[in-house]
Amino acid sequence: MSEGGLWSEAGRRLRTNRAAVVAGGVLALLVLASLLAPVASPHAIDQVDWTLSPLASPPSLANGHWFGTDSNGRDLFVRVWSGTQVSLLVAVLATLVSLAIGVAWGATAGYLGGRVDDWMMRFVDVLYALPYVFFVIILTVVFGRSLWLIFLAIGAVGWLTMARIVRGQALALRQREFVAAAITLGLPAHRIIARHIVPNVLGTVVVYATLTVPQVILFESFLSFLGLGVQEPLTSLGRLVAEGALEMETAPWQLLVPSAVLALLLLCLNFLGDGLRDALDPRAD
Amino acid sequence: MTAAPLLSIRDLSVDFVTPRGRVQAVREASLDVAPGECLAVVGESGSGKSQLFLACLGLLAARAATRGSARFQGQELLGASAAALNAVRGTRIAMVFQDPMNALTPHLSIGRQLGEVLLDRGLASPLEARERGLAALQGVGLADADSRLRQYPHELSGGQRQRVAIAMALMTRPELLIADEPTTALDVTVQAQVLRVLRRARRDGLAMVLITHDLGVVAGIADRVAIMYAGRIVEIAPVRELFAAPAHPYAAALLEAVPRLSEASVGRLRSIEGQPPAPGEIVQGCAFAPRCADVAEICRREVPSLRPGATRAVACHAPRIRPDLES
Repeated sequence: MSEGGLWSEAGRRLRTNRAAVVAGGVLALLVLASLLAPVASPHAIDQVDWTLSPLASPPSLANGHWFGTDSNGRDLFVRVWSGTQVSLLVAVLATLVSLAIGVAWGATAGYLGGRVDDWMMRFVDVLYALPYVFFVIILTVVFGRSLWLIFLAIGAVGWLTMARIVRGQALALRQREFVAAAITLGLPAHRIIARHIVPNVLGTVVVYATLTVPQVILFESFLSFLGLGVQEPLTSLGRLVAEGALEMETAPWQLLVPSAVLALLLLCLNFLGDGLRDALDPRAD
Repeated sequence: MTAAPLLSIRDLSVDFVTPRGRVQAVREASLDVAPGECLAVVGESGSGKSQLFLACLGLLAARAATRGSARFQGQELLGASAAALNAVRGTRIAMVFQDPMNALTPHLSIGRQLGEVLLDRGLASPLEARERGLAALQGVGLADADSRLRQYPHELSGGQRQRVAIAMALMTRPELLIADEPTTALDVTVQAQVLRVLRRARRDGLAMVLITHDLGVVAGIADRVAIMYAGRIVEIAPVRELFAAPAHPYAAALLEAVPRLSEASVGRLRSIEGQPPAPGEIVQGCAFAPRCADVAEICRREVPSLRPGATRAVACHAPRIRPDLES
């Protein structure tokens, strides 16, 4: 009867899934590296190493630039981990924002149905119809560029799809007899949504969220590419990849290192998401 | 009936508006459920027996339109607000559904589902809710009630789940339990267990509406039987009187269709010729007339009204017996 019964069960099942455990471990290392490396490194993200000639140095242990330097002579090791930090932060926060709004909105619309559902989903349709790059541009022009604005902008767009997915599931769940049973028990609508609808869509939501995280990372790099994302000297993985792609022929490490970290990150998130989905299904045993 | 009825349904109709027109699922049904009695509602699939009681609890789909009245201890349920309905649902009327596989939320442990109503209403502390959940599981005859509380629905068999669903419905000690085909989805031995649980629950003065199409179930538990055909109640009678002498030809045909082991000729099972009217089909006169052995000319013109007698009522122009004329 403990409050965390479902989640402790899920955690136990997750630990028996080897791929998910390894992915979780690697992800933890990546997160740790992104947090510690920028602090521990003797270099700063905007510090040019003038001792180098040429400024773009390949990875080397001798000169202390383990991942090499970019074309401006800045240490890539510290820039990659700082970029990972920014990418993860944007991805996780924006996903949480879209998760919270999308699940609440979708479950309410789907459960209540009828006219409420119509109005709530038409509102989603209207927001969908807005070209969101344009929307983000307006936001940045009005409020100025900041990392928080990116969370907000991506979250504000991301919840729409989440709401649609959850609403579809809630609509189907509403017909199930356990919901009818909950109604005949006299439980109020908000409690039925919170206890009988939302937990049953979490499996789908988790899977979609793990797909959203990489999407957000990519969208953030797209915004950065347009000059609307994070600003120099701050960087993100998407930005580093975009910059590295320009020097692909002369300095391939500038592309390969951030790409490898990005790929590893996305891979781990996907494995973890798969594992979570299986673990959250109580019929798994 | 001397005591004031617990549930009193008068001229209740349920219409579904579909793209192909209006479907009358229930037509002017009237019945009473007395405190402590068990009323069985019998009918084929589509006869409206479930819809009738779903309507009383406000559980019909949005496209259904209801007319008439359903009063629970004098309080009108049709058209009542969700808040007013929630005051009655769960605490005073509870319901058990047909499919035990879907009747419990998969992501909550049995103990938490049982305690949910009590906690939501603030009727018990978490500890008390657990104790009462335990007692409820023991009450429905589940072994190992203690460990069952920690299990999830998928870890139980269909019969066990149905008993949990009944235990859940009885948690708040309601006055009326509506059981919608509680044994239909179960195999025969498990059916017997569930019926025993329902019979035991009745000892505490619980009134029950048992919706079923199984006359065998009816005989073992019900006090009175209401028989529905094509959305109408065609006969209501005490179970003994009905089994001894059905008044409506449809009731008689139903009883004849029950297979008996004692029957000398183990030949073909007897069935009722023809089909009930399709949903939405408009039938002139009595809906059973096309299949009726005793059909008279008036049957095809006029819908017979439910004529009440001393203990039973029948809606037929040519009943096998006339309860309203019996002394």
